[in-house]
Amino acid sequence: MGAIHEKYLRMDKLPHIWCPGCGNGIIMSSFIRAIEKLGYEKDEVAAVSGIGCSGRITGYMDFNTLHTTHGRALVFATGIKMANPGLKVFVFMGDGDAAAIGGNHLIHSCRRNIDITAIIFNNHIYGMTGGQFSPTTFRNKYATTAPYGTTDPDFDLVNLCIGAGASYVARSTSYHAKMLTDLFVAGALHKGFAVIEVITHCPVNFGRRNEFDTPADMLRWQKDHAVRTAKADMVPMEEMEGKFVIGELIKKEKPEYVEEYDRLIETVRKGDAHRE
Amino acid sequence: MAKKTFMVEVNRKTCKACGICIAFCPVSVFTTDHDDKAVVDKPERCTGCRQCELLCPDYCIRVEENSNG
Amino acid sequence: MGEVKLLQGNEACVFGALAAGVRFFAGYPITPSTEIANIFARELPKIGGKFMQMEDEIASIGAVIGASCTGMKAITATSGPGFSLMQENIGFAAEAEIPCVIINVMRFGPSTGLPTHPSQADFMQSRWGTHGDHPVIVIAPYTAREAYRETGRAVNFSEKYRVPVIILMDEILGHLRERVEFKEEDIVKEVNRKGPEAGVPFFPYEHTDDWIPPFANFGSGYRCHITGLIHDRTGFPTNNPEIVDQVMRRMNGKIDKHIDEICRISTVDVEDAEIVIVAFGSVARSAAEVVRIMRSMGKKIGLIRPVTLWPFPDREIKKAAEGKKAIIVPEMNLGQMVREVIRTIEGETPVHPLNRIDGELITPRDIIDFIEEME
Repeated sequence: MGAIHEKYLRMDKLPHIWCPGCGNGIIMSSFIRAIEKLGYEKDEVAAVSGIGCSGRITGYMDFNTLHTTHGRALVFATGIKMANPGLKVFVFMGDGDAAAIGGNHLIHSCRRNIDITAIIFNNHIYGMTGGQFSPTTFRNKYATTAPYGTTDPDFDLVNLCIGAGASYVARSTSYHAKMLTDLFVAGALHKGFAVIEVITHCPVNFGRRNEFDTPADMLRWQKDHAVRTAKADMVPMEEMEGKFVIGELIKKEKPEYVEEYDRLIETVRKGDAHRE
Repeated sequence: MAKKTFMVEVNRKTCKACGICIAFCPVSVFTTDHDDKAVVDKPERCTGCRQCELLCPDYCIRVEENSNG
Repeated sequence: MGEVKLLQGNEACVFGALAAGVRFFAGYPITPSTEIANIFARELPKIGGKFMQMEDEIASIGAVIGASCTGMKAITATSGPGFSLMQENIGFAAEAEIPCVIINVMRFGPSTGLPTHPSQADFMQSRWGTHGDHPVIVIAPYTAREAYRETGRAVNFSEKYRVPVIILMDEILGHLRERVEFKEEDIVKEVNRKGPEAGVPFFPYEHTDDWIPPFANFGSGYRCHITGLIHDRTGFPTNNPEIVDQVMRRMNGKIDKHIDEICRISTVDVEDAEIVIVAFGSVARSAAEVVRIMRSMGKKIGLIRPVTLWPFPDREIKKAAEGKKAIIVPEMNLGQMVREVIRTIEGETPVHPLNRIDGELITPRDIIDFIEEME
């Protein structure tokens, strides 16, 4: 336990409920390091989460925290940001939240480009309900609802978000904990909607059914399959098969939603607005 | 200049015995006890890379540089 | 006051909400409530408020609750299918005790039903739509004037009691345009939620004397945790049976504790009436006309009109129905409010349902024919 944990976590709520070796604890640690680097006051941070293992993160962090309904964290966060743009708003979602039940909110948040940083804990499984496959579970993996292996194809969340018009998309893993902190910082500083997908591991409900004996084995898999953006272009296509790129994948300027609406208010109040 | 040395501590109470620190320590500072929890075995080997601290999901590890260098 | 306006029911809701301090609207287009979104889109930026058109109704109510967490007064409007979609998050607002107002302009269902035809079949859904025991207040105006005033009252109740409040309109009331003469009693006074008290230890779900915990807005320096999990007075989850029982009883009981302020009925010629009609919303307009016509014919007819539908005004209705020959409950559904009336009266007076489910309004003629046949 470092001083940083004591500063940003609700110490009386620890130990957390996550299983031994779970990636969620690593990501939370990387996140509070990012807040420290950003120098944000705890009072000005709003953390919003959905439902599932990842959703529990808001209970442990000493910010303004909102643990919402399954898949809906983004829309609650959107209301918060619109109503109080001074707040630094972070959203925490699992792959069930972001890619399944709340997929519509994810793509529309990308389109809208509101200044929120969304962090997706992608562990490729529904952990809390006991290991059902999710829209990001790879093909031919085992899950409690896929006892013979999955036949469903999986989503690539990064490409989904880029396709939906996101202005900042990055990906990393729970193994690359330092890089995660850097990406959280970059995402927060980006003016607009920033998505950071964290490839993480669920040792109990994914690992055990899919030939990973230990949490460390899963982290090693992440290390071996992640290719940094700088290298990705130099790696031959056939070698990228089954691997994924980590780092900043898109970063572009796009009008930010709250600023645009504030501009509209100004125009309307001056009586300059054009009406049909 | 004397070589930097580090103090490594594991909080046994909060350790969930996941084995991540043991697996990723490049210089094998840790071993396990009868409950498979991490124990600091060879602190003198520690190079201060803090990989264990970064990857511990339960914030049980503290690495501090010794000031008596 | 004394101001005269030509107002549509939907339009009146918007101005009532604005008068009560609403500065945030999020919604999704749906007939027959869409005018509410249109007018908020036009009016909110003029006063520095924010309007959002979301991707669906689930997102709309979510954004409303989020905005409310920061202290901004927030509202949404929808109709049947959208109201169904909102139910899970309405439950969240009830459980987390976050003020918000939902206007449901009822249309004919189930499913897509008859989108441009009126109905009153969401009477039960408005009370029991979300899962689990939960508090909610439902108010049903019957004129454009009342839509203005009652939407204001709804916003104030949601702030004061930290509860979702539903304005139950119907297609006729939403779309009709009528002359409204505002009087002194129509002035909407702003009520704000109670905040933490300086110098007193703050618990976001404290069991206070009035059973309404103070609310610390996001960003105000209290860093609360808000969750839909059952939580103790600190706001953090608990499954301790004793505490769960206590918090559930407080959360649900807080409405009954203030029932005198919340419940409102309106009566016409009930005192000497032999037959009393109990009706709400646009059907109550027909019923009022029936009272006028039949009184002129020398028949002793009266009207009880619940304005607050939930909590159901048991006491007021029981008292008004005492010693009457018969009670008639006309509704544009297969009989929903009539169950509440029967429960309230406990067999003392015969209760007759009058139902229409053809997508048309129950007319004064329908009610008069029914009464004449009954006699």
